Amino acid sequence: MDSTAHNFKKNAAGALNDAQLQRALAHVPRGFVKKRADAADALPEFERLRDQGRDIKNHVLEHLDIYLEAFEEKVVEAGGYVHWATTAEEARNLVVRLCLDREAETVTKGKSMISEEIGLNAGLEKVGIEPVETDLGEYIIQLRGETPSHLIAPAVHLNKDQIEADFRRVHTELPEERNLHEPASLVHEAREILRDKYLDADVGITGANFLIAETGTSVIVTNEGNGDLTQILPKTHIVIASIEKVVPTLEDASTFVRLLARSATGQEISNYTTFSTGPKRRGDPDGPNEYHVVLLDNGRSSMLGTEFQDMLRCIRCGACLNHCPVYQAVGGHAYGWVYSGPMGSVLTPNLIGVDEAGHLPNASTFCGRCEEVCPMRIPLPRMMRNWREREFEKHLTPFTIRRGLGVWAWFAQRPKLYQRVTALASRLLKWRAGSKGRMKNVPLADGWVKYRDLPAPQGKTFQQMWKERGNV
Amino acid sequence: MSENATRREEILGRIRSSLKVDPDAMDRLEVVADRLEDHKRNLVPERAVGTSAKNVKQFCQMMEAVNGTVEHVKSPSEIPGAISKYLRNHNLPQVIRRGSDPALDKLPWSKARTLQVSVGVARKDDEVSVSRAFAAVAETGTLVMTSGADNPTSLNFLPENHIVVVESGRVAGSYEDAWDVVRAVYGDGEMPRTVNLISGPSRTGDIEQKIELGAHGPRRLHVIVLNRPAGSK
Ligand code: SF4
Repeated sequence: MDSTAHNFKKNAAGALNDAQLQRALAHVPRGFVKKRADAADALPEFERLRDQGRDIKNHVLEHLDIYLEAFEEKVVEAGGYVHWATTAEEARNLVVRLCLDREAETVTKGKSMISEEIGLNAGLEKVGIEPVETDLGEYIIQLRGETPSHLIAPAVHLNKDQIEADFRRVHTELPEERNLHEPASLVHEAREILRDKYLDADVGITGANFLIAETGTSVIVTNEGNGDLTQILPKTHIVIASIEKVVPTLEDASTFVRLLARSATGQEISNYTTFSTGPKRRGDPDGPNEYHVVLLDNGRSSMLGTEFQDMLRCIRCGACLNHCPVYQAVGGHAYGWVYSGPMGSVLTPNLIGVDEAGHLPNASTFCGRCEEVCPMRIPLPRMMRNWREREFEKHLTPFTIRRGLGVWAWFAQRPKLYQRVTALASRLLKWRAGSKGRMKNVPLADGWVKYRDLPAPQGKTFQQMWKERGNV
Repeated sequence: MSENATRREEILGRIRSSLKVDPDAMDRLEVVADRLEDHKRNLVPERAVGTSAKNVKQFCQMMEAVNGTVEHVKSPSEIPGAISKYLRNHNLPQVIRRGSDPALDKLPWSKARTLQVSVGVARKDDEVSVSRAFAAVAETGTLVMTSGADNPTSLNFLPENHIVVVESGRVAGSYEDAWDVVRAVYGDGEMPRTVNLISGPSRTGDIEQKIELGAHGPRRLHVIVLNRPAGSK
């Protein structure tokens, strides 16, 4: 996927003034945040499970070469194939070649961020193969020619009426007068349309939430069941996964299963957790004849042994996005590449380079909520600071930031919102907010405050507080 | 060396040099080999530990909490009638598709006279499937389904209505308990092609985070608990 991460400031400014987007984003704190808190509270062992999850991942990363070899051995033993890809381009070419060799015309796809990372759909389309996204959110954004704006809720930036308009535009074979006002009718329509696609597809491609070394198994977690129809109906199942997805045993996978859904959607477990091992067995009446796993590195091996190694513990739950005030304000697309929110701000410069994505680590208020909720206890704020220090050293940063104006400098400079909110206006705004400490009316930020309350500054600017905390 | 082997070496080599480790260091290999062989349990939540009766009760409660429905029968001979009644109550045709599971084969299907039963994988127009669970997990109200001719995986996903029979003796406490049973049946380190953990009917929250049932998989999931100890496989 092409990146516009270097344009973060412009993207963010645009997002803040996009009323449709702001209305859609208002669902994020209302939904995910509360559900996650309730789910964590309902399991007394949750905090200890987080410690264990962190420790398991650390152990795996320290022995990653051996676990990958063990995983490969078991896949081959079960009759599957393992393909290694050092770069995104290699992975894309590998998958396209596998599909071409099987004379595939259509390919169904379960949700996969690696697919986005390697630009798979464009690669397939280029050789005349039709990729069909089957996760409802992914299907919707594919219709719109967009990319996902969230790790687990790819269409979170859209409202129902936008989706209705897209369905009417694309599903022209259906009667015009049909009622599509309710989410239920949209879900039903997508279900019917995709049914035939599942049955016709020549190849099914899924990602993997985990790879299990003990058994050579790939694991996907879904609520819709789309990933399952994608992998059991076509003759060939291709799994695309990055190398850090491997875990040792079924027991270890179980620990992550306990953490993932609770952190992501606040469910105790997702509806479907599916363990796939090799192709179908003798006597099996369904399932794929072939099973391939493409293992992607794409810069991850170079993160090992650095201050960014901890980032490789990420299980892509999306909690850090949901709890991030910057993500809540600007959405995922502003980050300009596949990954967004705090995890994207740390990961993206690692994967596509700090020259392209150096702005992202600034997209933080350092409020620390991401680290508080990260099931893998990844020190995201610390790593964002590391990037900023590196940037500082490289003198890539604009002059204003080097002078010590601080994190919010870029915000304070450009989107007019922050000219108003910070600095001199701060005290005034506090007064306007009155006793409730919330304000509904910020000049020039209509898109934003229309659908949420903006916490009023407590009479000091961010820079002042930052300095008082002993930071420069 | 094939291209794939070259890339493999490149990636593994880069991992080792980043970690600053010696590829032949025996101690690292041993640590991993032991861990895979021992497959020790991590922390298992307290709610997943209990007597069989508690497990069954909790399984049912959790399944209902995620929009599954549950009914209990005391004898296998009641199952065809229970299925027939369920279909009638939901205005569904008296037609089911199932796998060749011996326990399902043995049921007295002719007792439910209107019921048409066929055996095999799910087809596009099948509306109702019936499967038998390999196991279940009380911790989160989860069914454990294994692939094969007995209970083809497509039956779990393609029809809009899925009815699952589970013997009460097969309701385990935790996921780990279920893995022990998988290992006992398939062997250490071995798995059937597909193991599905299923917790409720299919759903999506992709449109404005409003939960809708029946996204791609079944809209209804009905569990029939047979209250008797586990038989043979
Ligand atoms: S960084 Fe942590 S919170 Fe964010 S997606 Fe990854 S695991 Fe989840």
